[in-house]
Amino acid sequence: MDLITVNIDGRDVAVPKGTNMIEAARLLGIDVPHYCYHPKLTVAGNCRMCLVEMGTLAADPATKAPVMDPATGKQRVNWVPRPAIACATSAQPGLHIRTTTPMVRDCREGVMEFLLINHPLDCPICDQAGECKLQEQSTGYGRGYSRYVEHKNVKPKRTQLGPRVTLDDERCILCSRCVRFCKEIVKDDVLGFADRGSYSTLTCYPGRRLENDYSLNTVDICPVGALTSTDFRFKMRVWFLKQTNGIDTGSSVGANTVVWSREGAVYRVTPRRNDAVNDTWMADSGRILYKEVRAHGRLGTIRVNGAESALEFAVRAAAGILAKGGAAVVGSGRSSVEEQFLSRKLCDALGARASLVSRVGKGDGLLVSADRNPNVRGALVTGLVAALPSATLESLGAQIDSGQVTAVVSIGEDLAAAGLSAAQLARVSIVYLGTHANATSAAARVVIPTLTLFEKSGTLVNQQFRIQKFAKAVPGVAGATDDLLALARLTAAVGGPVLAEDVGPLWTQIAAEVPALGAVSFARIPDTGLLLDGTPWAGLPFAEGPTLHFVPAAPAPKEARP
Amino acid sequence: MPAPEQHRLVFRQIDEPGYSNDLACYLRNGGYEVLRKAVRRRPEELVDEVKKSGLRGRGGAGFPCGVKWSLLDRKSGKPVYLIVNADESEPGTFKDRYIIYRDPHQLIEGIMITCFANKVEQTFIYIRGEFPDGAKILERAIAEARAANFVGPSILGTGYGCEIYVHRGAGAYICGEETGLIESLEGKRPYPRIKPPYFPAVLGLYQCPTIVNNVETICHVKHIADMGGEAFSKIGTPNNTGTRILCVSGHVQRPGYYEFDVGKLTMGQLLNEVCGGPLPGRKFKAVIPGGTSAKVLKFGERYKGRRKVGAEMVEYDWGVEDIPMDFDSLAMVGSMGGSGGVIVMDDSVSMVEALGNINAFYSHESCGQCTPCREGSLWMKRITARMVHGDARPEDGALLKSVADQIAGRTICAFGEACAWPTQSFVGKFGDEFKAYSQEKGGPRPDAAPELV
Repeated sequence: MDLITVNIDGRDVAVPKGTNMIEAARLLGIDVPHYCYHPKLTVAGNCRMCLVEMGTLAADPATKAPVMDPATGKQRVNWVPRPAIACATSAQPGLHIRTTTPMVRDCREGVMEFLLINHPLDCPICDQAGECKLQEQSTGYGRGYSRYVEHKNVKPKRTQLGPRVTLDDERCILCSRCVRFCKEIVKDDVLGFADRGSYSTLTCYPGRRLENDYSLNTVDICPVGALTSTDFRFKMRVWFLKQTNGIDTGSSVGANTVVWSREGAVYRVTPRRNDAVNDTWMADSGRILYKEVRAHGRLGTIRVNGAESALEFAVRAAAGILAKGGAAVVGSGRSSVEEQFLSRKLCDALGARASLVSRVGKGDGLLVSADRNPNVRGALVTGLVAALPSATLESLGAQIDSGQVTAVVSIGEDLAAAGLSAAQLARVSIVYLGTHANATSAAARVVIPTLTLFEKSGTLVNQQFRIQKFAKAVPGVAGATDDLLALARLTAAVGGPVLAEDVGPLWTQIAAEVPALGAVSFARIPDTGLLLDGTPWAGLPFAEGPTLHFVPAAPAPKEARP
Repeated sequence: MPAPEQHRLVFRQIDEPGYSNDLACYLRNGGYEVLRKAVRRRPEELVDEVKKSGLRGRGGAGFPCGVKWSLLDRKSGKPVYLIVNADESEPGTFKDRYIIYRDPHQLIEGIMITCFANKVEQTFIYIRGEFPDGAKILERAIAEARAANFVGPSILGTGYGCEIYVHRGAGAYICGEETGLIESLEGKRPYPRIKPPYFPAVLGLYQCPTIVNNVETICHVKHIADMGGEAFSKIGTPNNTGTRILCVSGHVQRPGYYEFDVGKLTMGQLLNEVCGGPLPGRKFKAVIPGGTSAKVLKFGERYKGRRKVGAEMVEYDWGVEDIPMDFDSLAMVGSMGGSGGVIVMDDSVSMVEALGNINAFYSHESCGQCTPCREGSLWMKRITARMVHGDARPEDGALLKSVADQIAGRTICAFGEACAWPTQSFVGKFGDEFKAYSQEKGGPRPDAAPELV
């Protein structure tokens, strides 16, 4: 890459040519305040907060020879008398900018004052308070007082732009980030401004609504409290919330997330920047998954033959059922890598073959891929399965019908939903490890409630064969057992090896036994994940089409037609 | 010194008795003869003529027309468009309207010469939404010209063709800003584009190189092609060549349109002799020389400095009456030639109220794209409106000036200056009036009036 040198506040920095000056300044730890600029959107240049002084190296117009400054012995800099916006200024050789001069300070104070004169200043009831750019930058760069004595603009306070987004128009600073996001990223051009001047309001085009599956990203990128999540609105002050890194389990894209929780309850899920996976976006569908933690039907009691029991007895009862032979295991593409590793160990101990339930839908080409299981590749990597799963458990059903299989361990999968009939379920003894009540849990002889993704730590392997970590955001609900603990105990009870019950020690065993993960250390997996070598599985007909930052390997060439 | 005679070039026939805006009349008066000759020349020659003529844009900024044409990006291989800016909205300006209504064929001939010179095959006339009749007149004139083979495919049998389309605006001042106009023409909100990178000569209409010229500028191109750039450059004064239409409005005896050699006429000659002086019993107080966005000039002020006359530098000491009406002189005294709209105010005018009127206009017309102009223009309007309607405070003048200072030079387009300059100059030059206004008109609200909450 060609690096060129630009000078910011007297310090040189080497950046690729064309780098935006806000980003170049960031490299030096210099904050250039801005509202409308967003690294993943086109430059609009309308907020005028990033005004800086700009200069170029002086050269003699005729000879092009550098003009030297005798005082410093360096080439003189011609400073442009008008301030320029840093966001639309790209790095050129010899470019100089200054961000701390009196003129720049005056520009920022002026813009801050203008942004606030018609702003309602309703921070005490605003959801954005605590993560609001207006608050931060008025503290950092504003005057601290107002000279405005006129009446403020009055605009609608609660416009429903769509099913998930509520607009408070008075707070809007018209930065157009949301408009550009819908147009450029989602290609669903529904937002625009109506009216003009200071009376401009954000609105949907007539007859349209902001209802695409990415609408809540507009809430994330809104620098102020104008666009709010209808779900999160007025629920919690953000400074009370704990942030935990998570992974979106909506599909095999594995968008990186932050889970915001307080006192054991999750309040919202937002995207976490990963330029190799999801940039700064995530689908709305992934944000509501946290609701399953407290959903109706959550299992909280260990049961054996319908009676309340304890883990030790349940494991013993399950081992008794499975010891009779004819056992099968239904693993899950939604389980973590660690759980899949233990599932494989269970299969090995039982001498059973594992099946997986596939969930293939239509990909949206952005951040929801065709494969709605987040971790099918984890099952391949850990050796739980060798081939891609089919949509229904037909062969398992046939084996049940023929009497070959008499007992089934289901790890989080509802067998009825996966195509087994009620009659088939009745013919076998079921051991169910899962989070929510369903037909399988109702038919099971042993039920061990387990944890949702928000209540445990682990890893998932996404469609790029990128292994990504997620961390426990909230404690598990009462009565639920950690999946790893349950699987390890069950494996041991059916005569398998003694395995670690915690992620850390378990990884020593995983690294030792799984070739593809031999070089991986759980503790050292970066926040943005680690790419694994997927070539051993390159020939499999994966369901995913192209999505953001992912192009599927070219499908195997079809036989030439005559 | 008596005022020079009017020199009517663009307006030569417009006011002749019996002159009408149809093709037959235009042809009777020698119409399209210049085009006939022009299409037999090499396009590059015509561009050179315009460069030699020193013609400066008549829309407001006074940018040299030939330079503008030579900045066109020819390497991209994209089509080049011409846009005629007929969105004449600057308060106090009404020259383009007159040309369009009375002499549309002159404009069309100018367009065709400009297009031929620059190898343009599509032209858009962006006409102000408030000129519905003008649009109809242009449409009819274009149809006539097309029928006579002056417009359309292979004009006059040359193999060169160009189409002209009329596009009506929807009534917004900002559509006169060239990049705002382009956005509007593309069917979007007229948000002016950021420059760099969106210079029309490189990334204009549909991201293709585009020329945007004012109606009067295009008409001058016809006369340059007729008389030659050399001859045109001898009219007027050096660097301020040709003739210029001045639209005088306000408190003079004879307001109206006047066309003079640029710089050969002073403000005093224009107002006192050409326009007949102040109304009976009144005195001139102030004049805005180039549309409301130009800075106001105060009668009684002196402007001193050095200027170039020929090869040498000469001291000057001018009153308002002595200022020559050309781009450079008006810029030297801190205002601008702008669009040629001369607005005269006499001693009956309260400058606070006049500024209130101007601020109301600009706050209504701010597009709202960038912060300083959007919020600042409305703030200034609210201050002046409050002053006029009751609650003037002595410190309001200083506040107004400070708000205006926070706008100018910090916006995406020149609207920032357009809305800040009036306030800066009104308060700067008539500060005492703003201070005194609270005593004179304002003061505390009468007790009986309920407080607005």
